[in-house]
Amino acid sequence: MVLELQKPRPIWQIMFSTHHTDVGLLYLILSIGFLFLGGALALIIRAELFLPGAQIIGDAMTFNRIFTVHGTTLIFLFILPFASSVGNYFVPIMIRYKDMAYPKLNALAFWMIPPGGALIWLGFADFSWYANPPYSIISAPGPAADMWIFGLKILGISSVLGAINFIVTILKCKHPDMSIGQVPLLAWSFLSSSLIILVAIPTFAAALLMLLTDRLGVTGFFNPAMGGDPIAYAHLFWFTFHPEVYVLVIPAIGMMYEIIPRFSRKPIHSYNSGIFAFVLLSIVGFSSWAHHMYATGMSFTEKTVFMVGTLAAVPASALHVFNFVATMWNGRIKFSTPMMWAVGGIALFFSAGAGGVANAAMPLDFTTHDTYWVVGHFHLFVMGTIAFGSFGFMYYMYPYVTGRMYNEALGKIHFIMSFIGTILVFFTQHVLGLYGMPRRVFDYPPIPEWIAMNQIASIGAMIIGVSMVIFLANIIHSAGKGKLADTDDPFGVGGKYYYPFEARNPSH
Amino acid sequence: MVKLSGHSNWPEWIYVGVVIALMCWVGAEAWEAERLVEHVPADVEIIKVVGQQWFWTFEHEDGTKEIGELHVEAGKAYKFEIHSTDVIHSFNIHDYVVLMDAVPGRVNTVWFAPDQPGTHDIQCREYCGLIHYNMRGTLIVEEPTH
Repeated sequence: MVLELQKPRPIWQIMFSTHHTDVGLLYLILSIGFLFLGGALALIIRAELFLPGAQIIGDAMTFNRIFTVHGTTLIFLFILPFASSVGNYFVPIMIRYKDMAYPKLNALAFWMIPPGGALIWLGFADFSWYANPPYSIISAPGPAADMWIFGLKILGISSVLGAINFIVTILKCKHPDMSIGQVPLLAWSFLSSSLIILVAIPTFAAALLMLLTDRLGVTGFFNPAMGGDPIAYAHLFWFTFHPEVYVLVIPAIGMMYEIIPRFSRKPIHSYNSGIFAFVLLSIVGFSSWAHHMYATGMSFTEKTVFMVGTLAAVPASALHVFNFVATMWNGRIKFSTPMMWAVGGIALFFSAGAGGVANAAMPLDFTTHDTYWVVGHFHLFVMGTIAFGSFGFMYYMYPYVTGRMYNEALGKIHFIMSFIGTILVFFTQHVLGLYGMPRRVFDYPPIPEWIAMNQIASIGAMIIGVSMVIFLANIIHSAGKGKLADTDDPFGVGGKYYYPFEARNPSH
Repeated sequence: MVKLSGHSNWPEWIYVGVVIALMCWVGAEAWEAERLVEHVPADVEIIKVVGQQWFWTFEHEDGTKEIGELHVEAGKAYKFEIHSTDVIHSFNIHDYVVLMDAVPGRVNTVWFAPDQPGTHDIQCREYCGLIHYNMRGTLIVEEPTH
């Protein structure tokens, strides 16, 4: 493992390394950096919406740019790189191989992310992460929009390269004594999510190219003025990005599969149902993309098909929840910080899923679609489930990465404040959506209910913001001054699991 | 297959069965409700709705045009034919759960039947650029004339 603070190396040695732990460390630092950049934009959005009228942002265009970059950053530059970081650290160790299958490809996939991120941040496009044509073709100002397209293109290729690497590593490099049915669930989660990436991403890659040539005026794929169809873009986009939701959530579930049995001091309730649910979710994830498009004028039959496809994903997700609860049942649970994040994440995963069923039901979707309900719903996934699993895992891997323990009390405060904040922001946004407030608005009329809900949500966001400052102070301070971790059993729960520090980095 | 914890599986089967049954029920209810909602009455009056950056215009069957305001009568059924001249908008009267995208190059329809006189907000619910937040209008439901 890295333990950079105990045996320091010059920074360029880590940057130009192809070893999986070094690439994992780079992914980790990059993702935490972008987490704070994207989070700061969220706080600006919430401050602006605290009251009707312009508050801290002068004009609507700046606001539109901010929510676009906020979403793009946190999905592509925080959640995905953080999952890659965990995969890089743990997958080779779990399948007992010395490195990833293609170490240079691995480093290349990482180094494509900074230029992609730079294009998105330097451009600061305004057409939302959905880049909805024909707005994005005829109205969105360049060069920001074009920079966004190129940035996403680079990030997409990086995802595909990473996915190929994970699939080959797990299937071809696992120890000969280990059957595929013995690969730990965290590694299984990377296998399933990587397979989804391989099938899903090329569609959006094609759509991005078409969007670019449409913007250049040489084609009219999505431009009705040139005989194109904007709804075709919606299909291509959601064929990639509905399955992509599972690409984001499956590794987070995998992280919980690592944390929950360990802190419950019990083996996982059913390893096989975990694998079954991962595989099932990666297949049925492809049958629901057009539930984002009920209001585009789809026929009754189309809507019915995609509603059934969406509801079919629910039992697979429910299997995971059952597995977690059954694992904790009668366990001697130790509520250390990682366990608190994992349990909180499961609770919010359940709430998010319940809200999703309401969205999928056709008549209800016409109440919730494109309102703040949807914002609250998917944030319960990306923040409440995925980020919660990720924070739990950050604390879990912290002693292995730094060789020191974080401050447990501050870790728990971070969790409690974030949990309260998340409920205040995103449950409230569900209600706000039922009152009819549309998403992606810079300003809103002074309707008393809307003002009250927005203020609760903004206060919740500030609580999360403060907790993240505590988190940052904790991990930076403890990395140098924290007490030395017992790397055999840093959390005092006993048992022997996968110890990343056993990875042999040739530079050490 | 190695049994990892030696537990029995029947609670999991019951749980999965309950979840699947619940989803079937939700799906069936939604299917039935949507089928009823989409059944357009025979005597609807047609209103042409045009969305453009960043306002709504309405054209009644008798040729009257309105901008930003829409006057209808309580107790009558109306069908909106929704057009767009530039980018995608979404025509929304939240109080009556009227929501349909205005897509350039195609005409979408949705119907509603206001039952009470009153005023309601009309808004755009699909991001359409700079003044999307203020692409709003008013629905005025009047007393029936006869």
